[in-house]
Amino acid sequence: MTRLVVGPFNRVEGDLEVTLDVQDGRVASAQVNSPLFRGFEQILLGKDPRDALVYVPRICGICSVSQSAAAARALGDAMGLAPPPNGEFAANLILANENLADHFTHFYLFFMPDFARDAYAGRPWFDAARARFKAVEGTATADALPARAAFLQILGILAGKWPHSLTLQPGGSARGIGASEKIRVHALLREFRGWLERHLFGDSLEAIAALDSIPALQAWKASRAPASSDFRLFLEIADALALDRLGRATDRFLSYGNYPTAGSPFFARGVWHAPTGTLAPVAHTDIAEDASHAWMADAHPLHPWQGDTRVDIERLGAYSWCKAPRLAGEVVECGALARQAVDGHPLIRDLVAVSGGNVANRVIARVLEFARVVPAMERWVRAIEPGEAFCHHGPMPDEAQGLGMVEAARGALGHWLVIRQGRIANYQVVAPTTWNFSPRDAAGTPGALEQALVGTPVGEGEQVPLAVQHVVRSFDPCMVCTVH
Amino acid sequence: MNLLWLQSGGCGGCTMSLLCHDARDLVALLRDAGINILWHPALSEQTGAEVIALLESCVRGDTPVDLLCIEGSMLRGPQGTGRFHMLAGTGRPMIAWVRDLAARAKHTLAIGSCAAWGGITAGGMNPSEACGLQCDGDTPGGLLGADYRAAAGLPVINVAGCPTHPAWVVETLLGLALGELDADGLDALARPRFYADHLVHHGCSRNEFYEFKASAEKASDLGCLMENLGCMGTQAHADCNVRPWNGGGSCITGGYACIACTEPGFEEPGHPFVTTPKVAGIPTGLPSDMPKAWFVALAALSKSATPKRVRDNARVDHPVVAPALRKARPK
Repeated sequence: MTRLVVGPFNRVEGDLEVTLDVQDGRVASAQVNSPLFRGFEQILLGKDPRDALVYVPRICGICSVSQSAAAARALGDAMGLAPPPNGEFAANLILANENLADHFTHFYLFFMPDFARDAYAGRPWFDAARARFKAVEGTATADALPARAAFLQILGILAGKWPHSLTLQPGGSARGIGASEKIRVHALLREFRGWLERHLFGDSLEAIAALDSIPALQAWKASRAPASSDFRLFLEIADALALDRLGRATDRFLSYGNYPTAGSPFFARGVWHAPTGTLAPVAHTDIAEDASHAWMADAHPLHPWQGDTRVDIERLGAYSWCKAPRLAGEVVECGALARQAVDGHPLIRDLVAVSGGNVANRVIARVLEFARVVPAMERWVRAIEPGEAFCHHGPMPDEAQGLGMVEAARGALGHWLVIRQGRIANYQVVAPTTWNFSPRDAAGTPGALEQALVGTPVGEGEQVPLAVQHVVRSFDPCMVCTVH
Repeated sequence: MNLLWLQSGGCGGCTMSLLCHDARDLVALLRDAGINILWHPALSEQTGAEVIALLESCVRGDTPVDLLCIEGSMLRGPQGTGRFHMLAGTGRPMIAWVRDLAARAKHTLAIGSCAAWGGITAGGMNPSEACGLQCDGDTPGGLLGADYRAAAGLPVINVAGCPTHPAWVVETLLGLALGELDADGLDALARPRFYADHLVHHGCSRNEFYEFKASAEKASDLGCLMENLGCMGTQAHADCNVRPWNGGGSCITGGYACIACTEPGFEEPGHPFVTTPKVAGIPTGLPSDMPKAWFVALAALSKSATPKRVRDNARVDHPVVAPALRKARPK
C-alpha cells in the first residue's frame, strides 16, 4: 500500500487535497480534504437579515447568483413573500445564466484540457484534443472565453453585474425589465445558441434534447466525424477511455428542483435511486450534517436549523473543514446528472440504469442542460410583461425561520435561516460540493467522491494520476462553496 | 514577464470577473504584452506536484515572478497559525507561501478587496483573522507589513473591488508590462488612479433623480438610492458607471445601491447595507468634497423644484411619465 497526497487540486480553484491509498495499481481508499475555512456562518450572526443578500453571494464567486437565489428564497420564506410572475421569469433567467455559464466554463476550461495532456500523445484522438483543448494555448480558450463573456452580458442587463449582484430580492427582482431589455436579452440568448449549435454540438439544441436513449446517442455519434464538434469529440474520448466505467459513486441522486413558474419547477424535485429505478420525495427534515471528521465542535449530526459552526482544530479523526451532510443517513450525489435523472430525461435515466453515476454520464448530463435550458430561457424572456410588477414587498419579521432550496450548476444548494429579535440567530449553508465532497460520517461511510475514487487506476510512478483527475473534475468541484 | 496567480481566503469571484473581460482573446492580449502565465488555478494545466515544484522554484529564485497576483484574504487564524488555509499538498499555511513569494516578486498585486484589505472575509467577528496583503482594513500593515516593497520598488498594488472589474486588472497588468504604471499612478491607498480617481457617482444612470433628490423608497424603485437605500456612490472611489460591467451594467442599473466595495472596511458599514443611516432625517454619509450646509440647502431647494415626471418615476419600477416633447428644437 502506498499513500499519495494530491494537491493543490485546481480548476476551478486549488483548495482541494486528495489523499489516496493505492494498492495493486488502484485506489483502495480516498480522503477528500477542503483545506480552507472562512466562517461565513459565523460572520452572518447578529446581522440584519437583509444583509445576507450582500454576504452570501460572496461565499462563492462562481456560484454567486445561486447563493443569492437561495438567500432570497430563505428570506422570502421567512417573510411569507413570493415573487410575481415577472419576478419569477427574471430570477429564472438570472440563475440559468449563471448555471449555464458555469457548465460552459467547466467543459472548456476545467475538464477537457486534461485530455490534451502529453500523457495521451499517440492516441487516435489526441491531435484533435490537443489543438482544441490544450490549457491556455488551445483554440477553445480563445473561442470560448469571449462567448462566455457575451453570454454573461445577460446578467449585466438583468442583474447589474456578475458575480455579486443584489438584484434578487425576497419578493422577486429589483430590476424592472422593459421592451428594450427583453429584446437585448433575447438577442444574446440567440447568439449563444448559435455558438453552441456551431461549436459544441454541430446540431440544433432541439435535436440534442431529443436524444432519448443510449442507442439514439450512439446513432448520433456514429453519424458524424469525431472532430465535427466539441461534444462529438468528447464522446470519442469517453468511449476510447471507457469513462463510463470510471468514478461511480452511490447512484442515489438528489435534486431540489429548479426554475419555478407559477410555483411549479421546470426541473422536478426528488431523489432518484438508480438501482431500483424509484423516485422518492425530498423532505428537508431528513437532512443532517455530521461533523465527526471535520474540524468542528458538533457532537452529533444536526439539522441545519439547529446547525452549529464552531471550530475545533484539534478534533481527533478530523481531516477536512467540510461537514458531511446526509439525507436520512444516506450519501447522495447531486449535480446535473442527478437533476436530469430526477427530472426523468429518458437518455439520462437510460445511462444511469446501465452504468450509474460516472465520469462520462456526469459530463453528458451537463452538456444536455444547454440543450434543455437555453430554449426555456428564450421562452421566459418572451413571457416577461413590461409594466407589470417584478417585486413584491413586505416587512421583515422579528421572529421567523426560513428555508431556501435551489439548484446551482453543481447541484443542491440549501440555506437555512433563523431570525430572532430581528437579527440573524443562525444561518446554515449546505452547498452542492458539501454533498459530493463530504468526508466520512460517524459510521465511517465515505462521501460521494471518496466512494467514486475507489478502484480508480493509478499508473506506475504517476504523481497526479490522470484517471483521478478525471473523476474529481467530473463533479465540477467548487471548494469555496463547500466550506464557506 | 512571468505572472503567478494564487487564491486564498476569498470566493474566486475576481477570477470569474476577469474571465468576463471583453477582449476578443484575453490570453492573447496578455501574451502580446509579454505576459506569460506561469500558473493560474482556473486556467493552467498543472496540478498537484507539478504546481508545488513550480512554486518551490519561484521561492528559490530559479523561476522569476514578475507579477505576483494574490486573490482572497490572508487567513492568519487560528491564533496566528494560518491553519485556516493550508496550501493543499504542502502542509504549509498559504500565508507562509505568500510571504516567501512576495519577497521574490518584482510586483505584488492584491486582486480584489479581500487581498487588499481583508474584505468580506473579515466581516462580523472576523473568525478567520483575515487581513489584506499590506492593509488590515484601513490600517497599514496586513500580512507583509507597511514597509514592504516589491523588488521593483512599489508597495502592494491594491486592485480593490468586490469583485474587481476585469478591465481594472487587465489595465494594471498591461500598465506594468508596458512601463506605464508607476508610483504616481497609485492613490494614497495604492489603488490604480485610473479607476480610483473617480467616484461611482460619475456617470450614474440615476443622475436626474439624484439632482432632484427624487428618492427610491423600496428595492425596484427607479429613484435615487442615496437617501433611503444605502447608496454610497457619491463617496466610493471607482469608475463603475463610466466603465460598465458585463457589457453595460452596474450595481445602480441592476437596481441596488453601491456598497462601496472598493473601500477598506466596506464589509462592516455599521448599519444595514440597504438602509441609509440618518441624523435628523439627513444622511450621515454626504457626497465627497461637499460641505454639509450646502448639501442640505441644495437638497431642500431641489426637492421643492422636482418635476412631476421625476417624482412620479422615482417610486415605480418602470417609467410612467416620458419626458415632454418640446415645441421647438432643443437649444
